[in-house]
Amino acid sequence: MPDEALLTVAGIGKAFGGLSVVDDVSFTVPRGGRLGLIGPNGAGKTTVFNLISGVYPLDAGTITLDGQAIGTLPPRDRVLAGMARSFQNIRLMPHLSAVENVMLGQHARASGLGALLTPIGWMPRGRWRREAEALLAEAGLDIDPGDVVSSLPYGIRKKIEVVRALASRPKLLLLDEPAAGLNPAETAELARFLRRIADGGTALLVVEHDMGFVDEVCDRVVVLNFGKRIYEGSMAGARADALVREAYLGADAA
Amino acid sequence: MSGYWSGILAILAINIIFAYGIFVTATAGQLNLGGAGFMAIGAYGAAMLGEQLGWTPAWTVPAATLLTALIGMGIAFPVLRTRGVYMVLATFAFAQVVTGIILTQPALGGAMGLVVTEYVDLPVLLSCAAAVTLLVFWLTATRLGLAMRALHDDELVATLMGVPARAVQVAGFAIGGGLAGLAGALYAHHFSFVEAQYFSPLLSIYVLLFVLIGGTQTAWGPLVGATFFTIVPELLRIGGSWRYVVFGVMIVAMMMFRPEGMVTRTLLARLTGRRRHADAG
Repeated sequence: MPDEALLTVAGIGKAFGGLSVVDDVSFTVPRGGRLGLIGPNGAGKTTVFNLISGVYPLDAGTITLDGQAIGTLPPRDRVLAGMARSFQNIRLMPHLSAVENVMLGQHARASGLGALLTPIGWMPRGRWRREAEALLAEAGLDIDPGDVVSSLPYGIRKKIEVVRALASRPKLLLLDEPAAGLNPAETAELARFLRRIADGGTALLVVEHDMGFVDEVCDRVVVLNFGKRIYEGSMAGARADALVREAYLGADAA
Repeated sequence: MSGYWSGILAILAINIIFAYGIFVTATAGQLNLGGAGFMAIGAYGAAMLGEQLGWTPAWTVPAATLLTALIGMGIAFPVLRTRGVYMVLATFAFAQVVTGIILTQPALGGAMGLVVTEYVDLPVLLSCAAAVTLLVFWLTATRLGLAMRALHDDELVATLMGVPARAVQVAGFAIGGGLAGLAGALYAHHFSFVEAQYFSPLLSIYVLLFVLIGGTQTAWGPLVGATFFTIVPELLRIGGSWRYVVFGVMIVAMMMFRPEGMVTRTLLARLTGRRRHADAG
């Protein structure tokens, strides 16, 4: 059932102080699908992410993840339902090490008092730590997992954020500008890494301004402009679409 | 050992336990300026259970610890509705209410204080301090400790990683309150006397200083901070009244040059010589 919807966003809306930022936006992400969410700055892409992950309450519409209505659930319950996200501005815990940040990402899977009271910091060979270190290595991060993240370079921190989100083993991964600020080599490597993640069955919803990256990673795009959906379909179709070219890609995009 | 030094060691043991009580709450990002209130509840709880019900310290100390933990849990709910400086004020007000109640209740000895007959000697105090130190080191290494440290750094993101923020913060207040209560109970039984005046705002400020100047990043911080603040003023006695000036200058210098506290993770990493150790606790 490759086309079965994993995430269904139906008619969602959000206004701040009378200013409508997201207006009647609908789209679906199929199980294992890779959807790009693109559009000019201020189009409402990050607000859509915040609505899906529960940072802001919805003004209108519904959100369904894997058959479960999550639109009114608190953020934590949405994580437990199977989603994880990264942030536009890196929001790793600066005082924690790389591996601790990733182990934090595992939190949704470690319920119960026993799991909470396991001294994972003292168990270098414990399952949680080994798994977190393996995930860092898998992402091609050649760092000492014990390094405090505030001491690491930007590109590496950016990637650790993706790894931290993956640590919850989400069905749906929301990435907010994962390639922003990366150099071309890092961007290409991140794209390859995300393709591998998607091939493993994790669905992706990606906000990004680097169109080459979107082309590489996503199989479909939704274009937002002034909080409204103006296009949904293939990237090639978006390039050919007059409305999209005018609003975002520009006349020379094709 | 002279009576002078055993007295200082007793205070040191109590200060270490007390500082860990404030530290556990601070680890989860909450500043508790009501430490003296929690300590007073532990001290008076142990005193009353011993004097009125005839319990031995083997029972009064754990019972007073548990009582203070439960009160910490109860207080957490209204306190956690406030943020930043208002939370600090709320905890401060709580301590004022506690000492206010003690002063107005004749059953609690009022301003005269209470005599505590059952004695707990120095080795017990030192053992408790060692046990609490180990407990807090263990706690910071657990997933609960990781969740607390994450909440300290970024509450929203921690929540989006699946951390039940409110429950973890309440646990922080309960454990922290319990440890402060334990410090109070041991104080009551060792010094055989409790009075409300001892549990003054100054005590709350001092213990917060132990923790903030010791450093909140690792469990070493309160240990170093409490030891420093207990021992150094004694060593400075040779300087007469100048010791207050010297000590004050030392505190200001520390805040200027080590704003994250005396013991930080980077310092530990450098001391152990192996960077890998930086995340050990």
